[in-house]
Amino acid sequence: MTLAAASDSVGIVTPQHAAFESALALKCGRQLPRFDLVYETYGTLNADHTNAVLVCHALSGHHHAAGFHTSTDRKPGWWDVCIGPGKPIDTNLFFVVSLNNIGGCHGSTGPRSIDPETNRLYGPDFPVVSVADWVKAQAHLADHLGIERFAAIVGGSLGGMQAMQWAIDFPTRIAHALLIAAAPRLSAQNIAFNEIARHAITSDPSFHAGRYLEANDNPERGLMLARMVGHVTYQSDDGLRDKFGRRIQPNGGSGDTQFQIESYLHHQGRSFSQTFDANTYLLMTRALDEFDPARDYGDDLVAALSVAQADFWVCSFTTDWRFSPARSKEIVDALISAHKNVVSTIIDTAQGHDAFLLPVPRYLDVFRAYMQRVAWSLGFANRPDNRLTAGPAS
Amino acid sequence: MRADLAIIADLVHQGARVLDLGCGDGELLAELEHTKGVNGYGLEIDPDMITACVAKGVNVIEQNLDEGLANFPSSSFDLVVMTETLQAVRQPDLLIDEMLRIGRECIVTFPNFGHWQCRAYLATRGRMPIARHLPHRWFDTPNIHLCTFADFERLCNDKALVIHRRFVVDTLYRNRPLINRFPNMFGTIAFYHLGRSR
Repeated sequence: MTLAAASDSVGIVTPQHAAFESALALKCGRQLPRFDLVYETYGTLNADHTNAVLVCHALSGHHHAAGFHTSTDRKPGWWDVCIGPGKPIDTNLFFVVSLNNIGGCHGSTGPRSIDPETNRLYGPDFPVVSVADWVKAQAHLADHLGIERFAAIVGGSLGGMQAMQWAIDFPTRIAHALLIAAAPRLSAQNIAFNEIARHAITSDPSFHAGRYLEANDNPERGLMLARMVGHVTYQSDDGLRDKFGRRIQPNGGSGDTQFQIESYLHHQGRSFSQTFDANTYLLMTRALDEFDPARDYGDDLVAALSVAQADFWVCSFTTDWRFSPARSKEIVDALISAHKNVVSTIIDTAQGHDAFLLPVPRYLDVFRAYMQRVAWSLGFANRPDNRLTAGPAS
Repeated sequence: MRADLAIIADLVHQGARVLDLGCGDGELLAELEHTKGVNGYGLEIDPDMITACVAKGVNVIEQNLDEGLANFPSSSFDLVVMTETLQAVRQPDLLIDEMLRIGRECIVTFPNFGHWQCRAYLATRGRMPIARHLPHRWFDTPNIHLCTFADFERLCNDKALVIHRRFVVDTLYRNRPLINRFPNMFGTIAFYHLGRSR
């Protein structure tokens, strides 16, 4: 039996394209004259179009969140532990939409696309995109799919920030916002790590001021270093100790001893540098740095979240030092002050920021329970306690 | 509705903003949302209880009471409730101050260490009392700050708090004439409805 045939897998999925021929005005003041989005869907949209869930990807993510592209794929989509029949985002109940954001490098319009105004690759000239721009493009995709209001918009890390932006920018189009391992804005330390990653890329001689594709080159060393730094920040000290300790990589051969953590980082960095676009990495980290929805509301997060009509789940992980539980608490406290319905959980795990991608049992339990609540509060599943009225006052 | 929850629900105004400290499986808040249309939040740290709250649609916040409530602004709630948790927290006196800083009023319930069974147990056996309302042994009890009703009222007096109402019951949450006559001897659980100092 192939992995794709497992009963809890969405199976073989095929990416789809949507072309938008009208201009998208961006927050930076520029616009995209037209744009494409590549996306996947899992599950079935119900007759009332009330069961749609939007999955937003993080820094290096893409549209392939669940299932397999071919029966011989060894790895499923990046969030397969959470999406599928019987999984937290249960595709027996929900219609799931997952896309690659604009500026990405997996098929949506980005630096590797042709600029229709110059007929050359966008490359480093791709406009600066923001989380708000992504959300706006996602709303166009929702229109295209006939989804007026999402049952839930879900994301981890930078994905959670998109869900938060949705709740503020399109309050009537989102019933539940699930913000996992997110933050209301980046700290100086977060920005510092992103700048190290950007500098690694832009100082690589193979970067060619962003025109590396035309030069038939790729800033692999810079991308690799960027990913290695990033990867360390996504894990905790405890997690790395559990996984690698001080174990030596066998068959080093060359005479230099090599710790397993070293060869692991090299492997992660190398494979990333061969599949990810450097200009996209610069764009995505900039969007992260600039994310600050409170700024438009006089730096008052309570005021920003007061416009939301959604209910929220905010989830953090004890050993996440990239976006620590204290950062999630800022969001929770603001939501309580704004009189919003909110559930807040702090999952005890050694796996750091990356825990949101991993099968941590308690995380999946509470995620499943919350998504069940989404289903019954919108009337397409039964309440577990058989109460007749809808959930909390909303 | 569970008898103890009914007693509290009677004291809650329609549409009030309620904070429940140690909300357990969320039954009280679910009832109050259902019957009184409150905007309620519960604090809890037990993972299974939190999942039970989520399943009920209750706003549950994972937060340890012993780490304080500084994140809640003053006067941001109408009512702060804490049922049978006071005796298990590290600094109960400070927590009561915090409850009345955050809420205009609070309701506190706790078991009575002055119940005659406790007194008799200690007097006759010379050992830490075990009773139906206090079933734990001294080394595995979560109850680290047990008190009698008289102790609690002295604390309220020292803090000059207003006791709007006191309701004393037995283990089945029944109110009996004997309990009303000698609450600190025959009552097992007390409900105190408190207001800020005069």
